[in-house]
Amino acid sequence: MSVRTADPALGPEGAAPEVVRVHVPERSWRGELRAIKVVWRRELLRFRADRVRIVTSLVQPLLFLFVLGGGLEQLSSASTHGLDLKTFIYPGVLCMSVMFTAMFSAASIVWDREYGFMREMMVAPIRRSSIVVGKCCGGATVACLQGLIMIALAPAVGVPYSVTLILGIFALQLLLAFSITAFGVMVAARITQIQSFMGVMQLVIMPMFFISGALFPATGLPQWLAVLNRLDPLTYAVEPMRTLVFAHLDLSAATEAALNPGITWFGWTVPVALEIFAVFALGMTMLAVAIWEFSSGE
Amino acid sequence: MPSAISVKALRKSFGEFEAVRGVSFEVATGEVFGFLGPNGAGKTTTINMLCTLARPTSGSASVAGNDVLAARDEVRRHIGLVFQDPTLDGYLTAEQNLRMHAELYGVEKAAVGPRMKQVMEMVGLWERREGQVLTFSGGMRRRLEIARGLMHSPRVLFLDEPTIGLDPQTRSSIWGYIRQLQEQEEITIFMTTHYMDEAEFCDRIAIMDHGEIVALDSPDALKEQVGADRIRIETSDDAAAIEAIGERFGLEATISEGAVSFAVPEGEEFVPRLFAELGVPIRSVSVSRPTLDDVFMAHTGSTIRDAESASNRTDGKVAAQMMSGMRR
Repeated sequence: MSVRTADPALGPEGAAPEVVRVHVPERSWRGELRAIKVVWRRELLRFRADRVRIVTSLVQPLLFLFVLGGGLEQLSSASTHGLDLKTFIYPGVLCMSVMFTAMFSAASIVWDREYGFMREMMVAPIRRSSIVVGKCCGGATVACLQGLIMIALAPAVGVPYSVTLILGIFALQLLLAFSITAFGVMVAARITQIQSFMGVMQLVIMPMFFISGALFPATGLPQWLAVLNRLDPLTYAVEPMRTLVFAHLDLSAATEAALNPGITWFGWTVPVALEIFAVFALGMTMLAVAIWEFSSGE
Repeated sequence: MPSAISVKALRKSFGEFEAVRGVSFEVATGEVFGFLGPNGAGKTTTINMLCTLARPTSGSASVAGNDVLAARDEVRRHIGLVFQDPTLDGYLTAEQNLRMHAELYGVEKAAVGPRMKQVMEMVGLWERREGQVLTFSGGMRRRLEIARGLMHSPRVLFLDEPTIGLDPQTRSSIWGYIRQLQEQEEITIFMTTHYMDEAEFCDRIAIMDHGEIVALDSPDALKEQVGADRIRIETSDDAAAIEAIGERFGLEATISEGAVSFAVPEGEEFVPRLFAELGVPIRSVSVSRPTLDDVFMAHTGSTIRDAESASNRTDGKVAAQMMSGMRR
């Protein structure tokens, strides 16, 4: 790596300015890391420039938490063992807030293609996987920045701040956001129109959210719903989140058992660590598929 | 000096449609080489193959000494690209776009600043470096794309229709930059255009029609080959005039852009004979020295604009096929 140039860029009076020639190095791991970093940073720059998006993507979780939670509270107080419904659905809403932001981040890959910027990245002397990994990291980071606002709301729903709670939520949100972005990028590789992409994502994300048990405990469900609930990947992100939040509340054993019964497979209670690993493994699988899709194209 | 670009029997098909039907040519280092032809002639497809964005169906090509199939990354490191369609990130500033490019290409950090200043000054955008690209005019964006394509000091710069859709003033300033570039940097420029007047600025041009190269030489040599001047007449009965020109003078005339047109050596001296012997009333007449349009016409039998309006009908389908090939 060398710069073949005389220093100040301008030569003597009257002479043509010295040309600053730069040199593009051979492909290397360092080069790929730089590429991942710059794709990641672009997501952050764009997020910062798009203040409307920051506000609008907060609307939905807030509606769920305070309007739905606050409104249904009157009907549900008997069955929540005195626990505020807002507190109960808070872990689910934490998951939801990062899901939607992550989905929008993945949508940017479709925008990039529509507005041409994708080509700029595709012709660069870098691996396609660097673009995909950078995108997923960017989407996860942006979603977690949103998630911080939701974390900050904890006391408003009766959950006291604590360092372990904040760090734990943040880590879970990061994992979920990364997986959802990877899912979105995987879908985006196949879909070229933003409307179709949004349609597909809504079709998948909304049912996933409702079925996951973000708004109800995963126990005593009708058979069909219980089956769908166990198949829904999001279930395994919501449950650890709820366990984490409930661990920081002073709840009776009966309340805990009724509201956070844990996920069972044929009577066997799935450990939280395995649930987290499942989300991680699924995220990585989708990332791998996304990379494969982007690399196999011309 | 080795060729900057060397192409042998390059072909590209999209299903049934053959976009490029076996083209071969060499571009010398430091040359400004133009690809001229109507929309849909296969120019962009050829560029895409040379830039490693599309795989040739058959044939071979090397750019900056590297094979486009076997050494794709090597090719990419050494080329700069300015596409027909914009590929800037409008939400970012001009500077952020250029810095991002430098990062993607792994340009060493210390050189990024000076190089950026240089390329932006060249296209006259240094003062606007902090402006968001969304606020730029079409001409400014194209200039910024050229600057970005130069950020990593490419050995070959590909410009696909760099002046399309721009006003004449901006077009001529872009040509100014290209000339300046050729003087300052050791760079080969490969460009496509369907503006005949712009092709004159190239050192050599290849005329492309229906996926084939029909002529290749310097603009002057091509015009000389045509030799004859072009006479265009407006008559009250074009069909009769064409027939009469064929019978009386043994010349082949065609209708293009609403006038009867034909080539004849020493056209000015021919005009009096034409009026005396044609037998069809002539409303107006014009004689012109050969232009690249005549070169195109001599090789393809139609003007570039006629060729375009004819190809527009199939364009939609072809574009759709090319998009599906480009999608990922």
